[in-house]
Amino acid sequence: MEPQAKQILRLYGLATTRFHWVKHLRDLMKEAHAIGYPIVMKVVSKQIIHKTESGGVSVGIMDDKRLTSDFNKMTKLPGFEGVIIEELAEGLELIVGSKRDDQFGTVILVGLGGTAVEVYKDVAIRLAPTGKQEALDAVLSLKAAPLLQGYRGADQVHLGMLSTLIVAFSKLAHELSETIASIDCNPVFCSSKRAVIADARFMFKEL
Amino acid sequence: MTFSANVSKLFKPQSLAVIGVSLSNPFNPANVIYNKNRHRFSTKTYCVNPKGGNIYGQKVYTSISKIPDKIALVVVSTKADFVPDILLECISKGVAGAVVISGSFKESGRADLEERIKEISLKNNFPVVGPNCLGVFSPPHADTFFLPSERLVPVSRGNVSIVSQSGGILVDMMIKLAQEGVGISKAVSIGNKAVLDETAMLQYFKKDPETDVIGIYLEGFKSQRGRVFISEANRSEKPIVIIKSGKTPGGTRAVSSHTASIAGDYRTFSEIVRASKCFEATNESEFVSCCEVLSAYPGARIRKACIITASGGHGAIASDGCHRAGIDIPEIPEVDQKELTGKLGDGIKSIAGLSNPIDLTGSAFDDDFIAAVEFFMHKKYVDCIMLLLLPYLPGITSDIGARIAEVTGVSKKPIIAYMPHVDKYGIFIEGFENNGIPVAHSVEGAVYMAAAIKGSGFETSNH
Repeated sequence: MEPQAKQILRLYGLATTRFHWVKHLRDLMKEAHAIGYPIVMKVVSKQIIHKTESGGVSVGIMDDKRLTSDFNKMTKLPGFEGVIIEELAEGLELIVGSKRDDQFGTVILVGLGGTAVEVYKDVAIRLAPTGKQEALDAVLSLKAAPLLQGYRGADQVHLGMLSTLIVAFSKLAHELSETIASIDCNPVFCSSKRAVIADARFMFKEL
Repeated sequence: MTFSANVSKLFKPQSLAVIGVSLSNPFNPANVIYNKNRHRFSTKTYCVNPKGGNIYGQKVYTSISKIPDKIALVVVSTKADFVPDILLECISKGVAGAVVISGSFKESGRADLEERIKEISLKNNFPVVGPNCLGVFSPPHADTFFLPSERLVPVSRGNVSIVSQSGGILVDMMIKLAQEGVGISKAVSIGNKAVLDETAMLQYFKKDPETDVIGIYLEGFKSQRGRVFISEANRSEKPIVIIKSGKTPGGTRAVSSHTASIAGDYRTFSEIVRASKCFEATNESEFVSCCEVLSAYPGARIRKACIITASGGHGAIASDGCHRAGIDIPEIPEVDQKELTGKLGDGIKSIAGLSNPIDLTGSAFDDDFIAAVEFFMHKKYVDCIMLLLLPYLPGITSDIGARIAEVTGVSKKPIIAYMPHVDKYGIFIEGFENNGIPVAHSVEGAVYMAAAIKGSGFETSNH
């Protein structure tokens, strides 16, 4: 689930959004105030893979009232084990993932992320672990590359931080390949200041 | 899994034994192999059948051990069950390697037999091609394809070597390359690839001085072998063209991650191959075009093409294709346009379009094309010439291919020609191909060729 996934990512030096895993209403307000509004709330559940489609994501919470009501709604979702509340990150949404491929071993994927990732399928796939230049080349091979490079006056994404994140992620994916079938870090928010993983999911191999 | 020293003996054996010839059926695969090698190849060839006797007036040995001479290569064409023991006997006789053409192994539920072959091979450092394959085609040394020579088109000697998981596809490709005037150095069908796979063959062909271009037909890598292959390919000085079948999207399983869903088997293959030094051909015609152009210009790397044509439409289609393929069509400076005008015949001076694409019009003669090609051979802003010719125009003669080849001079910039491929224009096409200039079947084919030498990733020209 997301909290554990983010803890593993942090162990490998990967930047994730600041978050707290809140299981009870009584802790909600205190943790929310510690992070500060605006806040994103996401359900924690083993039964839900794609949280957005299940009503398990609430973005842009600005006050205590909505915080409480959204929490109460999420308690009714299947497999509810609490929520994650975290800072609202900004930037271009990318996906950085990995999978264990039968022919090539562990491969990593980087592409345009968010909820429409499977519509655009604008991704590059490389062998893990990957070097920094190779990671950068993969990012720049995307159709969406101009969006990362300051399209129409927008801020340019910090490509150095992004490729560093991809390199560290590829190392993690390679090292954990015996147990993990696939990882999605989606979205990874990329801006001119940072590249930060806002959500992650590990799919373990079937035993 | 490296047999580098011994693999060369598979392709250049001093002597050959075919095990499993029939005493009664002349069309038995082993008999076809025995006959063609005995009659057409330089290697001393023997045959084996446990019953002994004679065929075609030649002695049939009852076992490999009974052959008095040293044997370098054995072709095994027996029932699958007998193969492991035969290999062990070959090893004790000191044979250098084997081609197992027999089938009925893993593909028929006998993975155990195939595993046994693998064990024997690895334990004894004994290279095995197959099973379930055609084996090696390596003129003038040996040809283990069980196809009568007279049923195949003649294949000329050349610098392209082909590795294929399918024997049928391999022969088809050889025929198609032969039709384009492309010579073959060696070909190998690896079948079930129990031991020697595409990576082992790549290792050999990388070092083979008679091979400049390596073409590979692949259905899939065995577990993890893709990674080893890519690492080997990235250290190749020679261009590698790959075509893969089995592109249907795999990997999508009921509930899965986005990554596993998008990165299906083929998408992963294609992405990783394209990020490597290999060139992926997406269909057979592209594969043949790539091998043809790389055979002519294996060390070339181009970015900027000049299109010379007699038809504005052909020029426009080629220009569009080059744009999609990332090949520049540079502007021709006005001063050069003026200079070139001076070299053209009076009939077209005022009507030719001299911005790239160069449209010499339907009134152009051979001399005009030759003048234009020679002119751009010396221009630094052009590193490849695409010559789109229409042989039905009255001013173009069948001499044009040979004359164009003459003016390529020392710069040796790649020239890619296009001509409609119908029998009527065969003499025009041969004029180019016999002089080492590849000719595409279509304008798109010419673009495939240009893209192949753009994508081959080699900085220095060795031609």
